[in-house]
Amino acid sequence: MAEDLEQPQHRIGAQPDATELLARTPAVIAPGHSFDSVTETIAHTVPSKRTPLGWFLGFGVAFLLLMVMNLTIGKLLMTGIGIWGNNIPVGWAFDIINFVWWIGIGHAGTLISAILLLFRQQWRTSINRFAEAMTLFAVACAAMFPLLHTGRPWLALYWLFPYPNTMGLWPQFRSPLIWDVFAVSTYGTVSALFWFTGLVPDMATLRDRAKTRTTQMIYGMLSLGWRGSARHWQRYEMAYLLLAGISTPLVLSVHSVVSFDFAVSVLPGWHATIFPPYFVAGAIYSGFAMVMTLAIPLRKFYHLEDFITMRHIHNMTKVMLVTGMIVAYGYANEVFFSWYSANPYEGYMMSNRMTGPYAVFYWSLIAINAVMIQLFWFRSVRENIPLLFVLSLLVNVGMWLERFIIIVTSLHRDFLPSSWDMYEPTRWDFGMFAGTIGLFLSLFFLFIRFLPAIAMFEMRTIVPEAKVEQEHHG
Amino acid sequence: MGDVMAHAEPTLHGLMAEFDNPSALVAAAERARLAGYRQMDAYSPIPIEELNEALGLRRTRLPILVFLGGLAGGLGGYSLEYWTSVVAYPMNVGGRPYHSWPQFIPVTFETTVLGAALACFFGMWALNKLPQPYHPVFNVPAFARASTDRFFLCIEAADPRFERAATWRFLEGLHPVGVSEVAP
Repeated sequence: MAEDLEQPQHRIGAQPDATELLARTPAVIAPGHSFDSVTETIAHTVPSKRTPLGWFLGFGVAFLLLMVMNLTIGKLLMTGIGIWGNNIPVGWAFDIINFVWWIGIGHAGTLISAILLLFRQQWRTSINRFAEAMTLFAVACAAMFPLLHTGRPWLALYWLFPYPNTMGLWPQFRSPLIWDVFAVSTYGTVSALFWFTGLVPDMATLRDRAKTRTTQMIYGMLSLGWRGSARHWQRYEMAYLLLAGISTPLVLSVHSVVSFDFAVSVLPGWHATIFPPYFVAGAIYSGFAMVMTLAIPLRKFYHLEDFITMRHIHNMTKVMLVTGMIVAYGYANEVFFSWYSANPYEGYMMSNRMTGPYAVFYWSLIAINAVMIQLFWFRSVRENIPLLFVLSLLVNVGMWLERFIIIVTSLHRDFLPSSWDMYEPTRWDFGMFAGTIGLFLSLFFLFIRFLPAIAMFEMRTIVPEAKVEQEHHG
Repeated sequence: MGDVMAHAEPTLHGLMAEFDNPSALVAAAERARLAGYRQMDAYSPIPIEELNEALGLRRTRLPILVFLGGLAGGLGGYSLEYWTSVVAYPMNVGGRPYHSWPQFIPVTFETTVLGAALACFFGMWALNKLPQPYHPVFNVPAFARASTDRFFLCIEAADPRFERAATWRFLEGLHPVGVSEVAP
């Protein structure tokens, strides 16, 4: 990504050689676009036009899966969490696997919207809006699992938030689980604020383009009466920058705190200092895989190839390669420490992972996350879009398997062989997992139907005519 | 904006010139400021950093608000942990001190971030006086393009130097696409 680092950000258009650089690099936006064409290309997908048939097909499938989730939740509330396969010794299984998996996926959205903004990575502009939407929906899916694992989700808020119970007992602030509540709820809130802030100027555009009174009213209210005043833009840009600065340590903290759920315990395979950085890298890795999974069909079916260019595909692949290698380094570290610690429980944990009943999952995740990603070194792979789509799906599978291995193998055989047991998910476990995929995709389909999937005002800042030629007054 | 009402002509919010590129708007704003106009605002579909200087805008107070929000969040979070763990219901967990400050840091960090983000979000909208359901600039039909590809400079009637005819001529002299009156 060296060439990107040299590239100045010209959302403000201040750099004198911005246009020249824009012409030289593989293009973050295809040449020949103007304020109007950018706006038109993105905005025409939102209400003013007929809904494409493909949207109904995709949304239909997603909605069916969502109904599977509702069925599962109904069954769960009537029967209890005994319908799931987790039981002592594996008291945590699909709930936490899927929770960590979804939260991790969300991380790429914040990385793109916040960290890449601070690093002035201009290519983030075309993908940040839908990546942030992905974050929100992923956090919503993640939150389902701990809430439903309480068995009585309508009481969960009262159990989780700082409010004393009838005996005056408060949540335990020494526990990573309560840290997790604060981290994830803060993350969800800040991501939503960031996302909405970014949407407001685009809502004003949709308001001004509205063809019917109803859409004008709806987008008008969502735009808060935005009129593009220079005074407003000044504070807006400052707020955007500050939110990015606030979100950057936040996103790093969230998966660190999630990893504390494991690292602070004393279980072999969990009690490891490598966990926070290794979890954060894994989160970004899986998140970029999900962004890729969503971006490839999105740019194809909505004809956004001019905005989500090969440059984006290349860069996302490179981020996946880097973070994937960090994850692979984490695996190597776990193996090393299980030997170097000379602790028999650590040693057994590792040999159980490699040769025990779940070994096939362990080797699959190594095959994907350590071996398969080496393909990303090759330019020919990075340019093969259908292959990349398959690989990004596999990365998501690999990262799910990683969480499965970490959680299940450590729990199912701990210190006392008399308490060892096997874990098997039930169909309700799978129903819940498939259901959250349905929830995620349903929300995403609604998002691309009703809101601009690419930030229009930010895209306008990168077209050549956004550059200001200044006169000089003595 | 419209708080200096002395010279305001009740039938007019101001005069608005329309430009088709950001450079023209920046140049126009600069000329208007040099001509002595102060009660004016520029409208654009993209943020234009150069306008801050051209219009002579002061730096925003938002960073201070965000700092205070973060401070309040952090202090609030830590105090909550201290109070519940030491005062309200002291409980011995594995022999740790009631005031186990290292374990209070993650939540303190998160509440700091939350306080700062909420202050940033609500502070920015409040300073901008948004949401605002009605504003006179929307009375100009051409203003519908202000959120797509047109750039506007509005000199308000509240400005001490505002004179309908002279200001109109001044705006015409900036070579705009057009000049229009803004009904209040």
